[in-house]
Amino acid sequence: MGITLPILILAMPFFMFLLLGLGGVKMSRKVAGVLGILGMGTTMTLAYIVAFTYFFSGDAAFIIDGVRQQFQVFDVTWLAFTERLVVKIGFLLDPISAMMLVVITTISFMVHLYSWGYMESERGFQRYYAFLNLFSFSMLGLVVATNIFQMYIFWELVGVSSFLLIGFFYRLPSAVSASKKAFIVTRFADLGFLLGILTLTFFTDTFNFVDMTSNPMNVLAQTGGATFMGASVLTWAMVLIFTGGMGKSAMLPLHIWLPDAMEGPTPVSALIHAATMVVAGVYLVARMFPVYCVVEASMTFITVVGAITAFYAAVVACTQIDIKRVLAFSTISQIAFMMVSLGVARDGMPGGEHYSGLGYMAGMFHLFTHAMFKALLFLGAGALIHAVHSNDYTKMGGLRKYMPITHWTFLIGCLAIAGIPPFSGFFSKDEMLAAMFNNNWIWGAWMTMVAGLTAFYMFRLYFLIFWWEENPNYKHHRPHDAPWQMSLPLIILAAVSVVAGFIPFGELVTWNGVSYHIHLEAPVAVTSIIVALCAIALAAKMYMRKNTLPEKFRKAMPGLWTAAHHRFYWDELYIFITHKIIFGIICSAIAWFDRHVIDATMDGFAKVTQKVSFAIRGLQGGNVQAYVLWYFFGAVALALITWICLL
Amino acid sequence: MNLDILWYLVPSVIMFCCGVYGFVTRKNMIAMLVSLELMLNSADLNFAIFNRFLFPDKMEGMVFTLFAIAIAAAETAVAIAIIINIYRSIGSTEIVETNKMKH
Repeated sequence: MGITLPILILAMPFFMFLLLGLGGVKMSRKVAGVLGILGMGTTMTLAYIVAFTYFFSGDAAFIIDGVRQQFQVFDVTWLAFTERLVVKIGFLLDPISAMMLVVITTISFMVHLYSWGYMESERGFQRYYAFLNLFSFSMLGLVVATNIFQMYIFWELVGVSSFLLIGFFYRLPSAVSASKKAFIVTRFADLGFLLGILTLTFFTDTFNFVDMTSNPMNVLAQTGGATFMGASVLTWAMVLIFTGGMGKSAMLPLHIWLPDAMEGPTPVSALIHAATMVVAGVYLVARMFPVYCVVEASMTFITVVGAITAFYAAVVACTQIDIKRVLAFSTISQIAFMMVSLGVARDGMPGGEHYSGLGYMAGMFHLFTHAMFKALLFLGAGALIHAVHSNDYTKMGGLRKYMPITHWTFLIGCLAIAGIPPFSGFFSKDEMLAAMFNNNWIWGAWMTMVAGLTAFYMFRLYFLIFWWEENPNYKHHRPHDAPWQMSLPLIILAAVSVVAGFIPFGELVTWNGVSYHIHLEAPVAVTSIIVALCAIALAAKMYMRKNTLPEKFRKAMPGLWTAAHHRFYWDELYIFITHKIIFGIICSAIAWFDRHVIDATMDGFAKVTQKVSFAIRGLQGGNVQAYVLWYFFGAVALALITWICLL
Repeated sequence: MNLDILWYLVPSVIMFCCGVYGFVTRKNMIAMLVSLELMLNSADLNFAIFNRFLFPDKMEGMVFTLFAIAIAAAETAVAIAIIINIYRSIGSTEIVETNKMKH
């Protein structure tokens, strides 16, 4: 494959960012919107060509004897600091990066199209499209990174784009603080990522992914069994790298930014905070997967963090009022699902070679299907917000008659995420659960429970929005389906969510390139379907018609409900730690030193200068003759001193 | 009669001191300008004297003096122009009157 297409995939969004960012003010909204959509459409077409070439051309560069290869299209030196420390920029094609190219460009194109309708009347429409393009560029750069340093650079760039887009409505204080929170929390996590990169690459002597992952035992050997605080250095490095992923993918305890990030425009939430950026953490683990595999402890860490997060977010999602918050917590929960799935996959599993990479394949499969149906749900939520002008389900209810397109597409999204066959979520979730049961029945049972909760809270949301009781305000302001720019992406994504499960994903994306034939595990599948159906039935019983059952449940467990509604007080805990402990105790000593030592020294200089100036200011009286006289005496005095010294 | 260097330098110093005294004590700006010229001339004289006594077979000091005189003339023209302008705006050439810029 030539390098033209891959370069264009990266260059196109970047060029559109520059064009719309610099020239946007001179353009009308229509021109900017059409340009943005056309640019992204072109990028999508190019990405499809590249991905299809990679998967289906059968070229010897991409597949040898049925084993898919990692192919570096180009890898050029960008910064050569020293002989050893060389930063390269490249384009790596392998199963997951090709899959991510498709996911990112598809969702991004849908969001571009959708935003044309959704953002039509907003200020800074052109700026919005410029930022969307910046994000798409950064995310594409991240997934095709050939080395961990390039990934880190683009990792930060997606963080910046996310910051810019969350704070897009910069006149709202809540949006500004949400964008700051998102940036600071993820940046804090990225500190861990950077430390991990430095620790790892210090031993491996290379940043390149292919070099590291093609021979993970060599990486282990290179660290030479060095240990730090009771754990091997490699474990530390991999856990620290995972910390960066925890920040971006909103794993406990660094999840706090994602619900607040919903302050951004809804299409942005669909693109960044549901489908692409937040799965960067999963992608990172998948990218380093072979190295993670040799460090048992880090895999266990990933599994445990994921399992706890998945359950926590699912419980919180059951009590949120803001529909976007429900979707945000659902996203956290689903990403945690993928993390657990990656965490349980490893060599030497019972069931032989066949099962060792199952979790990896399933996690990537779920990443793909989740991106589609979660973007669908978010865009559907955007259409609802557009129609009702509120984020709260309390302002909705009974909307199925008014918004049929939104209703049906949203229902498809809910069925997909709940794991009802034949929708896509069922297939990917079933594979993940099979992998978890294969590792240990505890993980399987735990995550099946989370899957049940998922079905419950999604259908709670669905019934509260589209059934329950009609809001009396509809008489004054009749809600209706969104314009075609918004409905079309919904329909396309719904169609994808219906059929995506039938993609033979195992033959395309596996950790070692050897194809894997997906087959349903009947006991796992039946269990998860029964659990999901029960959860849906419960949700229907509670929320389909207006009744007092939800109120009774809440009364029965007031403490639990309030705690879940307040997201188990994580934000309050962070406020307590930062304000009371860090600012109040640690920083007050530093502040004292700053004020009384550093500032005081500088103030002292200023005071002395001022005093002296006041004392001698009489000399500058404006009388030229006095100046001359002083000067003359000065010269004479100097002459005398010189003379005395020379004597 | 062989004149010592001091026979030249002492009048130059006297001239310079007269200039300083005049510059400091006179109230009229024209008179101050005249005193200034006196100081300049004494400096020019020094160039000539030192050239004559230290490097008798060279002419740099003399040439330098000529340049200094020319530049001093130009400076004087500028100063006179300033003084005339001041006179036009405040109707006086007294140095104590020219404190408007102070406020």
